[in-house]
Amino acid sequence: MKKLLTAFFGITLVSLLLLVWIQQLNTSQGYSGTGTITVFNWGDYIDMELVERFQEETGMTVIYETFDSNEAMLTKIQQGGTTYDIAVPSEYMIEKMKEEDLLIELDHEKLPNLQYIDERFLDLSFDEGNRYSVPYFWGTVGILYNPDMLPGKTFTSWNDLWDPALKNEILLIDGAREVMGMALNSLGYSLNDTNRDHLEEALDKLNELTPNVKAIVGDENKLLMANNEAAVALVWSGDARDVMWENEALDYVVPEEGSNLWFDSMVIPKTADNVEGAHQFINFMLDPEVAAQNTEYVSYSTPNEAALNYLPEEMVTDERFYPPPELTERLEVYENLGKEMLGVYNDLFLTFKMHH
Amino acid sequence: MNRRMMRHLYMVPYVVWILVFVITPILLVLYYSFFDIHGNFSIINYERFFTPVYLKLTINSFWYAFLITFISLLVAYPTAYLLVKTRHKQLWLLLIIVPSWINLLLKAYAFIGIFGAYGAANQFLEFIGVGARQLLFTDFSFVFVAVYIFIPFMILPIFNALNGLNPALVDAANDLGASKWTTFARVIFPLTIDGVKTGCQVVFIPALSLFMLTRLIAGNRVITLGTAIEQHFLVTQDWGMGSTVAVFLILIMFVMIRLTGFRRRGV
Repeated sequence: MKKLLTAFFGITLVSLLLLVWIQQLNTSQGYSGTGTITVFNWGDYIDMELVERFQEETGMTVIYETFDSNEAMLTKIQQGGTTYDIAVPSEYMIEKMKEEDLLIELDHEKLPNLQYIDERFLDLSFDEGNRYSVPYFWGTVGILYNPDMLPGKTFTSWNDLWDPALKNEILLIDGAREVMGMALNSLGYSLNDTNRDHLEEALDKLNELTPNVKAIVGDENKLLMANNEAAVALVWSGDARDVMWENEALDYVVPEEGSNLWFDSMVIPKTADNVEGAHQFINFMLDPEVAAQNTEYVSYSTPNEAALNYLPEEMVTDERFYPPPELTERLEVYENLGKEMLGVYNDLFLTFKMHH
Repeated sequence: MNRRMMRHLYMVPYVVWILVFVITPILLVLYYSFFDIHGNFSIINYERFFTPVYLKLTINSFWYAFLITFISLLVAYPTAYLLVKTRHKQLWLLLIIVPSWINLLLKAYAFIGIFGAYGAANQFLEFIGVGARQLLFTDFSFVFVAVYIFIPFMILPIFNALNGLNPALVDAANDLGASKWTTFARVIFPLTIDGVKTGCQVVFIPALSLFMLTRLIAGNRVITLGTAIEQHFLVTQDWGMGSTVAVFLILIMFVMIRLTGFRRRGV
């Protein structure tokens, strides 16, 4: 009994001490309020030097927190708790957050630098008139492949993936929209198609791809491609850029039939405590010189047209990551298909996964 | 009277725990399962579960969970038997348990490296002359890693049962002329069957709903009910369907526990 009591009180004491410690650490980071903004972004998705510059220029303190998936970010914002002033969700999530009334409308008067954004990337279906969001980085979905492992093979069309020579060589993304979209595009349909016959046709086409599919994976695809585990992968251009730094043999292609155009955009969630500061931060990030420096660090494609002038020539003229307007015209943003259609897409994707 | 009050008082933590963390969540899952994607009350989810897609998923999950449990048992019983006979058995036991302290995700990533095209496993295969082959993203690697992860949970209860076995009973069987095999089959195994049952339950039930490994090690070539639940909650946001799949998982687990249930017999 005595031992039990000792253990009980011992554990309580240790927990209390840890609690006090954590409290102290939190307070030393500064309270939220007018002098502070809390930025909620993907990991390693900003040049921290710029955050410091922003702090110096405005005298505000920036608390920088990161998330690793749109869903995780959504959950934290729904729960409240932390007063996030800026978040950087992907386009489909912005649509969802809009529906759930989690965003604060932007005051365009306070964002004069919005003029530098390329018109191709403004006023898109997920946020008409950019009432809630400002594009931060953008990209495509395409084919990452290793020419060394596939001598003589080139990719121009999605249909090149169906080549029997690629048996057991392809890594797919574990995402229903991406994989179904690829199949729909390869058939010449829109990746937002909701026609049941077209979707069934896409599933049949995917099932024919099964022998070529090595695995359907998540973020591990970067590791696997960097280590030459597979010759071909369906990837987001941002990930492709990352892996290509690590494994220089790799090449990236956006197929000619068209593909997905994605965005990560800055928004001000309802949890914001310092809306004024948030606008200042967004405007600062839109400054061409700042955007250029950030782009050089992150190496994704920037939507900031004026920033391109400050970037190295070979980066901007790389059509794999800055496709010309002729190609971007053929790219489509994922539209919110509604829960029911998303369910249909997912069940079809599940059926494809089970096909052997 | 006072003593009776105290006994009631002791029950409070248990009852509260069970109510809040076991009964309520199960009821909530059951409740959600009766709503379609638009939040209307309906049994459409149950109709959907009995379509070929989900039935195939269920059978798939069962098959792999069965395979994992069976292989774990096949390896664990002799291991536990050997452990009981060794001198420093607590130390050996500890060595088997230690890997289960390491995070599952870390272990999975380690196996991606080991089973990779240029990983240690393939280097070994080359060395012994078999030649490199695809190991990652196969049924073999999935079952192997799952067994590796679950095996401590199979060994522990069997070890405890064997350790608690009165050696005099084995001696008696020998004295009465039983062969080694008869002693094992008629004395040792029946007396440790409860350990085996516990082990099978602790392995089979989580194996039924494995989902991280199916992606990391099997590259989604193995699809289980766990994958479907994860997708419905995170991607489609169709909590109703996710809950329905969970309801069936819970039902299956109850049936399994009933089947492998303990019946106290006089010894």
